[in-house]
Amino acid sequence: MKIAIERADLLKALGHVQSVVERRNTIPILSNVLMSAQDGKLHFVATDLDIEISESTSASVDAPGDITAPAHTLYDIARKLPDGAQVSLKINNEERLDVDAGRAHFTLPLLPSGDFPKMTADGFTHEFDMSAADLRRLIDKTKFAISTEETRYYLNGIYVHAHDGVLRAVATDGHRLALSETALPNGAAGLPGVIIPRKTVAEVRRLIDSSDGDVTISVSDAKIRFTLGDAVLTSKLIDGTFPDYERVIPRNNDRELVIDNKVFADAVDRVATISAEKSRSIKLSLSQDSLSLVVNNPESGNAHEDLMVDYGDEPIEIGFNAKYLLDVAGQIEGRDATFMLDGPASPALVRDSEDKDSLFVLMPLRV
Amino acid sequence: MSDITVSYCRDCISPLPEPPHCLKCDGRNPLSHPEISQLSIAHVDCDAFYASIEKRDNPSIAHKPVIVGGGTRGVVSAACYMARMYGVRSAMPMFKALKACPDAVVIKPHMNKYAEDGYKIRNMMKTLTPLVEPLSIDEAFLDLTGTERLHGRSPAQSLLKLQKEILQDIGVTVSVGLSYNKFLAKTASDLDKPHGFAVLGRADALDFLKNKPVDFIFGVGPAFARSLSKAGIHSIADVRKREDSDMMKRFGESGLRLARLSRAEDTRRVNPVSDRKSVSAETTFNTDIGDPDLLKDRLWLLCVKTADRAKAKDIAGRVVTLKLKTRSFETITRRRTLAQPVQLADTIFHTLEPLLDKEANGRKFRLLGAGISDLSAPLGDSGDLLDPTAFKRGIAERASDKARAKFGKDAVVKGRELRARRKSSNNPKTILPEKPERNS
Repeated sequence: MKIAIERADLLKALGHVQSVVERRNTIPILSNVLMSAQDGKLHFVATDLDIEISESTSASVDAPGDITAPAHTLYDIARKLPDGAQVSLKINNEERLDVDAGRAHFTLPLLPSGDFPKMTADGFTHEFDMSAADLRRLIDKTKFAISTEETRYYLNGIYVHAHDGVLRAVATDGHRLALSETALPNGAAGLPGVIIPRKTVAEVRRLIDSSDGDVTISVSDAKIRFTLGDAVLTSKLIDGTFPDYERVIPRNNDRELVIDNKVFADAVDRVATISAEKSRSIKLSLSQDSLSLVVNNPESGNAHEDLMVDYGDEPIEIGFNAKYLLDVAGQIEGRDATFMLDGPASPALVRDSEDKDSLFVLMPLRV
Repeated sequence: MSDITVSYCRDCISPLPEPPHCLKCDGRNPLSHPEISQLSIAHVDCDAFYASIEKRDNPSIAHKPVIVGGGTRGVVSAACYMARMYGVRSAMPMFKALKACPDAVVIKPHMNKYAEDGYKIRNMMKTLTPLVEPLSIDEAFLDLTGTERLHGRSPAQSLLKLQKEILQDIGVTVSVGLSYNKFLAKTASDLDKPHGFAVLGRADALDFLKNKPVDFIFGVGPAFARSLSKAGIHSIADVRKREDSDMMKRFGESGLRLARLSRAEDTRRVNPVSDRKSVSAETTFNTDIGDPDLLKDRLWLLCVKTADRAKAKDIAGRVVTLKLKTRSFETITRRRTLAQPVQLADTIFHTLEPLLDKEANGRKFRLLGAGISDLSAPLGDSGDLLDPTAFKRGIAERASDKARAKFGKDAVVKGRELRARRKSSNNPKTILPEKPERNS
């Protein structure tokens, strides 16, 4: 193989695929990126066996061929080369890869491209297009609530499904739940529920970060594929049953608390300062239109702050994990957030005054 | 620094102008060291603590080999010095210990009693300095720096007095190591056991360590010692020949630590707040258990015990661990990291239950344990959106805790607990249900 390629093209393509490559690998070839040169194109593939990302870019191909080279090293080289550099990649006599740009020269070890694992992906039953912006939104509104706990592995991702004319994304870790939906794209009707793993969510998010085009999404029983221009991301789905989340969303909470979200978030952040612990609990005391935020820590001290809010119901005291309150506050776009409360032992429902398509549920803490 | 060797009478603690003979009390038991008046970091360690307490309370066994430990399947918790002469060591399986010393008197541990005496000893230590760092029920580091004017005695004299008073008031002997850092103090307390007082000064510590093997240094286990040996490092002197950077490159953080300790450099302070890392409870069964339901009943007891301890200390943990030991002594630990720190027996149990399910696949186990780590102040009891009764179970557990605090530990127990107890009461030797925890 012998090719020449613009540094910017190489960097962009590698940037899309390299992040899926794990830093530590027990199988050496998984540290490598597969590069195939043919017909004026250079094709890249990287995988961790659960996710495969491929990308193509134009290059001048002097001799076609396939190689696999260390993905992170090659990416770092591309990153550090000067803007506008021409990069030449070629296999030398010792079966290594010569990387030349200007007066910089690198030699990288190769592994046989025949050993590179290819992910089989066929039998896609559903395919639809949606705007990258909509997909970004579904991901951003929900991904914070994805569980990291391995026992309930079916919570380690975002659950996406078609529901009553909308495409809905849900994530929960048992302590909070986030739900966001968007108009059902053409072709997505009857889409079965799929659980997209956390790492896939992060990779897709990276891939569509600055794109304003459409993403094609293909779904089969066990896999999902995102296609954006020349980039294709294929991933296994989590093989499990997502719990009946509808039951978790409180419907009958009738005590309504309306707060200025920014004022609230700042105050929560301030009083939470008092505790040095990684996780902090905070007590909300409501009576009339006054909300007291209270943090009591036997070792590091106490703090409270009073806010004017719109409440006017029976007095109530309810505890929450401060971090979870801030996570939810971070998702609210409008000026106001509305908390629907029931009692100190019942989940709270949080809505955004601006975004009617998202909602959040928070489990209280008994302090 | 003075070059005059200071000596104290170990009997009456007065300075000795002309050792070895004390003019004051006529004793001939001097303690001398050239640096003794400059050293103030001590390690105080009770000698065969559990066994000594048992001997104190039962003079008829005072001159017999005594082993304190649980059941035939348990391990040796403590062995008196007489039993040690037969080769009995603590943590040795009981059957091995009895093979080595068939005439030994075996006593089941009375943790309450030991904890009480340990507590008294700790309070005696605290009259010398607030900087007491307990390592366990019967040993602690003491930093006596700057206490000389306060007590009108040098640190060494204060420690001699402590040693004497513990023997008088509690009736057990302790060994003292005095030096200028924790590593050397701990090393010294081991040199002159039992009822010893050993001093390691700046001038003699390096020489003393020189020819010791690398595993003399704590934290160097068999695996680390093997890889050191592969690199040609066998003794502490070998470590000193290497550059720090070389040790760091080859063995990482622990290499650098070893290099420093080999030169007796230890900057750790005596920290009175004990850095508790985990709270746990475990039990060795009299007969191996393979039945998953039976194991679960036992697990519940251990979760209650762990939770009781965590609640008493007002701490919670984010990592929940299951420990199992198979018939062939293979130890299995499985852990889960949770989103929030937990304290409830119910939460610990429900986290560990699926992990136990996976391991209890027909295998038989000799030991089961439950614990929490990554500790922090409790956050409050959390419910689970997907387990609607979890919140209520938490409220119920807190309520029954209140009842148990008022009416005794057995006032409210789960049916599961009764079943587990009934099963284990068929085994009179089990140490599980009758070992109440001290809630200090």
